[in-house]
Amino acid sequence: MPLLLPQLPQGPHYGILAEFATPADLYHACEKVRDAGFTKWDAHTPFPVHGLERAMGIRRSPLPWIVLVAGLTGAAFGFGLQWWVHASAQPLVISGKPLFSWPAFIPITFELGVLFAAFGAVFGMLGLNRLPMHYHPLFRSKVFERVTDDAFFISIESWDPRFDPSATGKLLESLGARSVELLES
Amino acid sequence: MTSEHTKVALRPEQATIPPGHSWNRLPLIGAACVLLGAVGCAILGPGNPKQFFFSWLVSFLFFLSLALGGLFFVLFMYACQGGWGIVVRRIGETVFATIPVMAVLFVPLLFGLQYLYPWSVPGAAEHDALLRWKEPFLNVPFFVIRAVIYFIYWSFLALLYYRSSRGQDATGDPAVSARLRKFAGPGIIVLALTSTFASVDWIVSLTPHWYSTMFGVYFFAGSFIGFIALLSVVTPAMRGAGLLDTVITAEHLHDLGKFLFAFTSFWAYIGFSQFFLIWYANLPEESFWFKARLEGSWEIISLLLMAGHFGVPFFYLMGRTVKRKGWTLAVGGTWLLAMHFVDIYWQVMPTLHPEGVRPSVLDVAAFLAVGGCFVAAAGWLMRRQALVPLRDPRLAESLAFENA
Repeated sequence: MPLLLPQLPQGPHYGILAEFATPADLYHACEKVRDAGFTKWDAHTPFPVHGLERAMGIRRSPLPWIVLVAGLTGAAFGFGLQWWVHASAQPLVISGKPLFSWPAFIPITFELGVLFAAFGAVFGMLGLNRLPMHYHPLFRSKVFERVTDDAFFISIESWDPRFDPSATGKLLESLGARSVELLES
Repeated sequence: MTSEHTKVALRPEQATIPPGHSWNRLPLIGAACVLLGAVGCAILGPGNPKQFFFSWLVSFLFFLSLALGGLFFVLFMYACQGGWGIVVRRIGETVFATIPVMAVLFVPLLFGLQYLYPWSVPGAAEHDALLRWKEPFLNVPFFVIRAVIYFIYWSFLALLYYRSSRGQDATGDPAVSARLRKFAGPGIIVLALTSTFASVDWIVSLTPHWYSTMFGVYFFAGSFIGFIALLSVVTPAMRGAGLLDTVITAEHLHDLGKFLFAFTSFWAYIGFSQFFLIWYANLPEESFWFKARLEGSWEIISLLLMAGHFGVPFFYLMGRTVKRKGWTLAVGGTWLLAMHFVDIYWQVMPTLHPEGVRPSVLDVAAFLAVGGCFVAAAGWLMRRQALVPLRDPRLAESLAFENA
């Protein structure tokens, strides 16, 4: 579970940050980093770059499964709760209907299914992204401030098995990085 | 001027049925079905006119609803300037261009109104206070006038959109798209009103005491899912037959699958809401309609619709891979098309056979006759036209479409 693991690399270095001038440079650099076999790395852009997830080789998110399970749980909970209340805990004849009148349970079953699915989507997304996170070593970098403005970055974390402070830096430079920076933890 | 006009993004031979292709035989296959169905109706119909008219009504409504669903689809594609679906729009245009044929297929029903609609029997209103109250609306002359209005309007829309789009294939004039877009908004409103009134006239008035303010939306939901299901069958089938295989990609199939998924849910939402309010209020003048459908073997059909028109396809279409593969999407489309037929059968037939489900050979004969006309007309048009709007300004966008 991502939530139970340490969220940042242990050790003296957080990793390496490389800045690229254009989305195209970043895109092609990502393809190379992906092909070099790195696994613990990320790309940072001021706006969505279409197809970047393919260039980075990111697998499909497990989020839909979380949403499905959460939604079904909510629906089952809503239906079960009404069943229990109306037919068992507090049997009460309402407008002459049988105690277990399933059509009357559908709106709340539906609503709780949707509510739980939405919770699954929001909190699942936060969990998978390891958010909220109040501090990140990338913010030590001065150039990284431009990530919300006009610069494009690749960061490779030091706990990647292929990480090497000097060789990885050289690789990123050879891919056309405008600047490469080794970040402390 | 010409430099502004949209260039050809596709070579016409990529988007036409080549000579000698098996799809050229569609009109012939359709005609054979018509012949078979007409012979069946002619032999069995006179012995059991009531059954014939009900069977004919079911098949007529089924194919008409597909065409109306196509009109809705294409009109709101224009209205919201949708880009992804331009490559499948011509198939929709072909489907709704059969509406004038549907108008002809409506005519036989006029000879059997007294078998279908209790209010049309002379003197029916005399001993029935409700029918007397409804007589200014439910009388034969006004019924016919309304039907004529519906078909004039639908044929006008169908021919306007079909012919303008075909014309654009030749000229590439982007003003055509702009004009059709401007008309689409008001066009949809009047289409929604006419199809609501038509569904009340032709389905609800089978039981003239019943009313449901939701029925028009229910009919729309069925029409739309029916049309998308048809599209989800035809598109992969075309690709399988080597037509448009360079044009329509998994991305387009994916979006059709999303529509299919969304509108099974929409159908269920509307269908359940209609049932729920009537069931809960439990007023005899409303609930008898559902009571008839929850008794005897009709209950099985009601449960089949719940599971088959919603439950099963909902989970089947949820995943991504199912929507992106031609054959898995086509399985979903075929299933939902069948369920749409069951839905219409379930709306109409319990009035004729309150004792239970009684399938008849005339059901098959009427289906072949009406369906054959539909296939023949659509197949005939497909031979004469490009299968894609070749010079629509958004075609390039549609060809390059990718789901994010």
